[in-house]
Amino acid sequence: MSIPHSHAAALPASWRDFFALTKPRVMTLVIFTGLCGLLAAPVRINPVVGFVAILCIAVGAGGAAALNQWWEADIDAGMKRTRNRPLPSGRMERESARDFGVMLSAASVMVMGLGVSWLCAAILAGSIFYYSVVYTVWLKPRTPQNIVIGGGAGAFPPLIGWVAATGHVSLMPVLLFTIIFMWTPPHFWALALFVKTDYAKVGIPMMPVVAGERSTRRQMLVYSILLLPITLLPWWVGDTGALYGISAALLSGAFLIFAIRVWLRERQGEEDRMVPEKQMFAFSVFYLFALFGALVADRWLVMPGVLH
Amino acid sequence: MTDKPEPFDPAEERRRIIAGRNKALGLTLLACVVLFFAITMVKMNL
Repeated sequence: MSIPHSHAAALPASWRDFFALTKPRVMTLVIFTGLCGLLAAPVRINPVVGFVAILCIAVGAGGAAALNQWWEADIDAGMKRTRNRPLPSGRMERESARDFGVMLSAASVMVMGLGVSWLCAAILAGSIFYYSVVYTVWLKPRTPQNIVIGGGAGAFPPLIGWVAATGHVSLMPVLLFTIIFMWTPPHFWALALFVKTDYAKVGIPMMPVVAGERSTRRQMLVYSILLLPITLLPWWVGDTGALYGISAALLSGAFLIFAIRVWLRERQGEEDRMVPEKQMFAFSVFYLFALFGALVADRWLVMPGVLH
Repeated sequence: MTDKPEPFDPAEERRRIIAGRNKALGLTLLACVVLFFAITMVKMNL
């Protein structure tokens, strides 16, 4: 893990580099799912407290992303997709990224504890530790199951949002956690299938590299099959209405069709453009936004009786 | 008619970057002040 210091930071890193270190695009999804957890909860939260909760979730995710990039600077330098990030491109010194990540993580947990609740702060601290240490340092370089277990880190935001509103952990936030947990492997492996050569080059044991594409496609299908009933559980247990239930059935059914398409095919040589895999990845992002959007719409429109 | 590109001056670039960072830090601190004030008001039920 060494970026030559002579190359690094001939000029100081700009604020844009620090902002890029927080992975703003990933943060968008984190903010959205956290906000959905908060808005879907059956308890109305003070808007200021709600804002603080979402802000802390976002800042905590940004801190964890900075720590991830600090640790993986050499790996990022070897991949086309990540080589222009602030550290591998030499625009920022590694210590700056580490200190920035620690500061954001600590600040987000402290403010969450003081402004929202210490239960939320503890879950947030756990999620930052999970992503920065359990996933980034421990699992990602060691096992092809890294995404499965590491995906838990991305599943925390709706759980934290819900707990911020209600003050306790119950079945519903655990179900929201489980939905994102089960969604992550097919989502990420779809990406790993068409950037396989990059991961192989830097020695990251992604499933397509270690177990092969056939096995990866089969496992994507298994997770997609499991995802369908799990997304319907909130409706079955009566915590959501029909708007969510029907949306979940349609979206998860479509997700399963994409997974079947990916499962049924094989790479046609090096010139294969991997269109179904790219389509599945794109749909998986839309899927999560739409599913959680339906959850909130259901809570605000159907459950209070605005829609029948 | 085309203007000649400005010659790259590292000292000027460094000054510009640091000024940008200072502004971003200042705005962040200001936002923190407002945030802590709001949290305090809510916690005190004011």
